[in-house]
Amino acid sequence: MRKSLQRIGALVQKETIQILRDWRTLVMILALPLLELFLFAYAVTLTVDHIPTAIADTSRDAQSRAFVEALEISGYFDVEMRVEDEERVLQAIGEGRVKAGVVIPPDFAAQVERGDAQALVILDGSDSFTVQAGYSAASAIAQARGMELTLEKAAKMGLGGMGSLPIYTSTRILYNPDLDGIVFIVPGIAALLMLLLTIGQVSMSVVRERELGTLEQILVTPVRPLELIVGKMAPNILLTVVDMLIIILAGVFWFGVPFQGSPWLFAWLSLLYIVSGLGLGLLVSTAAQTQQQAQQITTMLMLLSMLLTGLIYPHAPMPPVVRAVGNLIPATYFIRIARGIITKGVGLSFMWSDVLVLVAYGAVTMTLAAVTFRKRLD
Amino acid sequence: MSDEVTISTRDLVKRFETRRGAVTAVDGVTLQVRRGETYGLIGPDGAGKTTATRVILGLLTRTAGESRILGYDSMRDTYDIRERVGYIAQQFALPGDLTVMENMRFFANVQGVSQEEQRKRIPELLEFAGLSEFTNRLGSQLSGGMKKKLALTCSLVHEPQVVMLDEPTLGVDPVSRREFWNMLGDLRAEKGTTIFVCTPYMDEAERCNWVGLMYQGRLIAHDSSETIKQMVPGRLLEFTPSNFVPAWRMVEGMEGVLEVQTYGAMLHVFVDDPDRWQREIEAALSAQGITCAGMREIEPRMEEAFISLIRKQRGDA
Repeated sequence: MRKSLQRIGALVQKETIQILRDWRTLVMILALPLLELFLFAYAVTLTVDHIPTAIADTSRDAQSRAFVEALEISGYFDVEMRVEDEERVLQAIGEGRVKAGVVIPPDFAAQVERGDAQALVILDGSDSFTVQAGYSAASAIAQARGMELTLEKAAKMGLGGMGSLPIYTSTRILYNPDLDGIVFIVPGIAALLMLLLTIGQVSMSVVRERELGTLEQILVTPVRPLELIVGKMAPNILLTVVDMLIIILAGVFWFGVPFQGSPWLFAWLSLLYIVSGLGLGLLVSTAAQTQQQAQQITTMLMLLSMLLTGLIYPHAPMPPVVRAVGNLIPATYFIRIARGIITKGVGLSFMWSDVLVLVAYGAVTMTLAAVTFRKRLD
Repeated sequence: MSDEVTISTRDLVKRFETRRGAVTAVDGVTLQVRRGETYGLIGPDGAGKTTATRVILGLLTRTAGESRILGYDSMRDTYDIRERVGYIAQQFALPGDLTVMENMRFFANVQGVSQEEQRKRIPELLEFAGLSEFTNRLGSQLSGGMKKKLALTCSLVHEPQVVMLDEPTLGVDPVSRREFWNMLGDLRAEKGTTIFVCTPYMDEAERCNWVGLMYQGRLIAHDSSETIKQMVPGRLLEFTPSNFVPAWRMVEGMEGVLEVQTYGAMLHVFVDDPDRWQREIEAALSAQGITCAGMREIEPRMEEAFISLIRKQRGDA
């Protein structure tokens, strides 16, 4: 037992010295979460507004001006240019000068009066995010405008009692009332980066040692496979925890993401997640023969994690096969857990199934890794 | 098993399953290394020396046969072996991003050497290897020779009874090679350590007192160096002909010439009666206008024995 601890201590010390000495990689590891967080927060905005828009107002009356104004006030559309007709609008979209166009037919005011006014909204379909945002914004604005007019008309006809519509839809958005993308993104980025670090760091460091031959030199000592695994993982766990803290602290203090749940619960489940990621990393290291292969497998896992785990695109509506692939990646579970704790502030009772899966995941990968990581080279 | 035997194998076989079928890297090797001996496992590249060493150490699984170190079975008692044996892998590899001292401490701790022992032993070993001045230098910044010396000291930090070295002087300059071998000599003299070396270099094989010659997975000779050197056919004449290729062809065809080997610009000719054949060869060559410079009888060395034995093996096969 004493000798075993001495051996683990030696391995941890060695790994720590090596991590600290490779300061370029270390700086990258510590700066990566911030870089990624800022990128997602500022550059990769998922909410689309201020869509550059061309207006062809062929009616030029009070009603049409009021409608255009309503579009502009909404914040979704920026009127970049005013043109004569539909053809010019299409031309502007084709040239890429605007992403949307609104064509108001002649005699708009009279149509409004009759109650069958139609304005044409043209959207650049090559950018699907813009289409979605533009489409829903335009119909919402038109609807609101329509209601306003109906009420006005009712008031004019002296139907004071009917001054309000019989049906209201009111929407209450839970947990993230401002629909702030960053609240959604921070827990996801935390999960994604931790996976990248755990898999990348461990698989690369094991494969590198195998390539250099240092693994053979260590295997020929009395070090047991499990001691080697612990020795490799401990310093990397610490490093990943530091990264995690950076992301969460930056999220809370810089981006103002509210941390609703229990930090301790989050810490323990993060540790669980990190261990399952490290297990996956060890498995990658047994599959990959060269550092390049390890790098490629990690990159592939990264890509799959970005797309299939619910980080950006919701996990539930995916086709079963795609969802099954996503279910093989631990981030799928942890992203739900992280959002649950950080954004909703829920406790263990609401996510025990995800937690159980992570426990099983960690146990299976670690066992597999320990079995494959034997005392021999072949 | 005798207490005097430290490493032993019997009919050791290692087969690798590859996509193109099974490759038998070690094919029925039986050898014994006695305590305190310097044993050289020699043979050309690809003969199976490294594989044999790794199987004996328990780094690779054994396909068939027996292999033991200090009485411990290579497969079953792997950790008993690892606590008592020092090993330097062929592809030298101590972590290059650790300093000399950090490397020493790492291997001492991994081998379970107490702190007290480390304080005493590490400076001694560094002194022994001439590395005392470089304790803070990174492993990667050492010269090839110093790296090997560091590897040796790291493998000695737990005072092993057996040291196994796989081509330890690969890519090392001649001066460092000599120094390294002097270290091994001192080690054997002072501590009685058994040394097992794989090498393709004949001059290193000369330094071993027992030699196993490996070729295509088999041990084709296993004896003391003196006996191996006597395994050449007849006696050996050496000379430098003025016209190399015709002289070589001609001598090879002569009756009474047992074997001809080339050695740089020289020819090595094995004959049964050197006095008689020296005259005959000189006469025959001068008839063709070829002169022979410095013709003399020499003692066969490991190299001649090695080439001769391998040729014989090829002929048999």
